[in-house]
Amino acid sequence: MRYSGLRVIKEALTGHRGWGPAWRDADPKPDYDYVIIGGGGHGLATAYYLAKKYGKSRIAVLEKGWIGGGNVGRNTTIIRSNYLLDGNEPFYELSLQLWENLEQELNYNAMVSQRGILNLFHTDAQRDAFIRRGNAMMLNGADADLMSTERILEKYPFLNVHNARFPIKGGLAQHRGGTVRHDAVAWGYARGADQHGVDIIQNCEVTGFRIEHGKVLGVETSRGYIGAKKVASCVAGSSSRVMEKAGMRLPIESHVLQAFVSEGLKPVLPGVITFGAGHFYCSQSDKGGLVFGGDLDGYNSYAQRGNLPVVEDVCEGGMAIFPMLGRVRLLRMWGGIMDMSMDGSPIIDQTHIEGLYFNGGWCYGGFKATPASGLVYAHLLATDTPHPTATAYRFDRFERGLMIDEKGMGNQPNLH
Amino acid sequence: MIIHHPILGPRDSAEFTYLGDANLIHRPDWQAEDALAQFTDYGYQRKNPAGVHRELWFHEQGDRSWLVVTRNTVTHEITKVELARDVARAEGRDT
Ligand SMILES: Cc1cc2nc3c(=O)[nH]c(=O)nc-3n(C[C@H](O)[C@H](O)[C@H](O)COP(=O)(O)OP(=O)(O)OC[C@H]3O[C@@H](n4cnc5c(N)ncnc54)[C@H](O)[C@@H]3O)c2cc1C
Repeated sequence: MRYSGLRVIKEALTGHRGWGPAWRDADPKPDYDYVIIGGGGHGLATAYYLAKKYGKSRIAVLEKGWIGGGNVGRNTTIIRSNYLLDGNEPFYELSLQLWENLEQELNYNAMVSQRGILNLFHTDAQRDAFIRRGNAMMLNGADADLMSTERILEKYPFLNVHNARFPIKGGLAQHRGGTVRHDAVAWGYARGADQHGVDIIQNCEVTGFRIEHGKVLGVETSRGYIGAKKVASCVAGSSSRVMEKAGMRLPIESHVLQAFVSEGLKPVLPGVITFGAGHFYCSQSDKGGLVFGGDLDGYNSYAQRGNLPVVEDVCEGGMAIFPMLGRVRLLRMWGGIMDMSMDGSPIIDQTHIEGLYFNGGWCYGGFKATPASGLVYAHLLATDTPHPTATAYRFDRFERGLMIDEKGMGNQPNLH
Repeated sequence: MIIHHPILGPRDSAEFTYLGDANLIHRPDWQAEDALAQFTDYGYQRKNPAGVHRELWFHEQGDRSWLVVTRNTVTHEITKVELARDVARAEGRDT
């Protein structure tokens, strides 16, 4: 069924009895050509592009819970392509371009809102670094705009630019960045994949791999054995747990990141602001809630909930530049498990086991990557060659000393 | 989280910084024939278990000692805290 304005009117007049489910709740078949583990944004996007763009069939997405219950439904929905390094920027810019056409592509309202993102800086050295990043972005075809404090105040008059420790000296803006309705991304890709014949199988946890003579034959699941020519892991925060079942250790640690939503307010914040130095970032959802967050809690965790010191730290950071926040009440807070890689950048690669592929290491920035991650992973699965924008995301970059470390933090996952 | 420091008693975990897996105590031998493989593994590969994890915490805003904390990564429950120095010696490290 195609969605359209006309359809909404027709359904309104006929009591909304014509809407069917957006995708089938499929049962597993004995075997597939492609089994994708993980029904998050990336897994669903991979299935979609594999079927639609690469014309493959006999594809299943196996999800241990319900689709969209992982990080794709827990993130703070920011999209951007403001990276410095060559290994990253073309990939994220491809992703931003895919976002710009996503709703037409999927015939689904994902509420892509290019309201702009602004990274604040506070010192001369930081300004230099931001200018350099802006130039790198523009060289890769992205947009970047260095904004003075005066221009920032025109758009965000409530900012406290005179904080004693971190006075705001300007910012780097990417006006094409913004936010997207995260659940709708999972649902839209699920619907699109389903329409191209993909089986989306929920409540189906992968519990092991059947591997013989260095080749994967299929996966053991809570709903029985499923054979597969190719198996593609795409489980974000659960990456180490799943790949361990294939005998692999990964350059990844799992960490908890918390996020917060305030009560609904009238429109006050027209874009996304990040105050990196103060460990705080914020946007306002279309429902009116301020959506904000800060740093990782900083220790290995699979708990999907964090602790109070970070709550305090985030709120202090917020108050430092947004004094107007002081009377706003917090509505909800939650945590998600991040697949923090050793250099802060993702891995999209074959493994040493034939037919077994891996996508993970997204840290706290994988939502914006969803469309491109799906596309390049589908490319890898279909052609056994990396997509031109993802050639750097290899497993062996650590051994070869070719880290993609945007912030130069070294092999310390909780600092990326 | 409260970390029961073996010398100082119960301390807020916010006083500490976190390094990671306690196996980092055992730095490979740089003269070994497979030193590159060993160092790649040491520097970059992690077990990252869901469950009991032995990990290094540094009491940065306290007595600046390194601790080995045994903690469950699913529940955040801490079951054991030792001085990293004692652990390193007991596990055969001499320097
Ligand atoms: C608080 C928070 C804020 C964030 N903010 C942003 C942001 O503003 N911008 C941004 O770009 N990114 C952000 N992120 C990061 C982003 O959400 C993730 O990087 C991204 O969603 C990960 O990809 P995914 O959607 O495929 O993951 P998920 O949705 O987590 O999908 C993985 C799926 O695999 C399933 N799974 C796990 N194990 C198994 C198994 N054994 N068998 C079957 N299925 C399994 C899980 O149930 C899950 O549904 C944020 C994350 C968090 C937690």
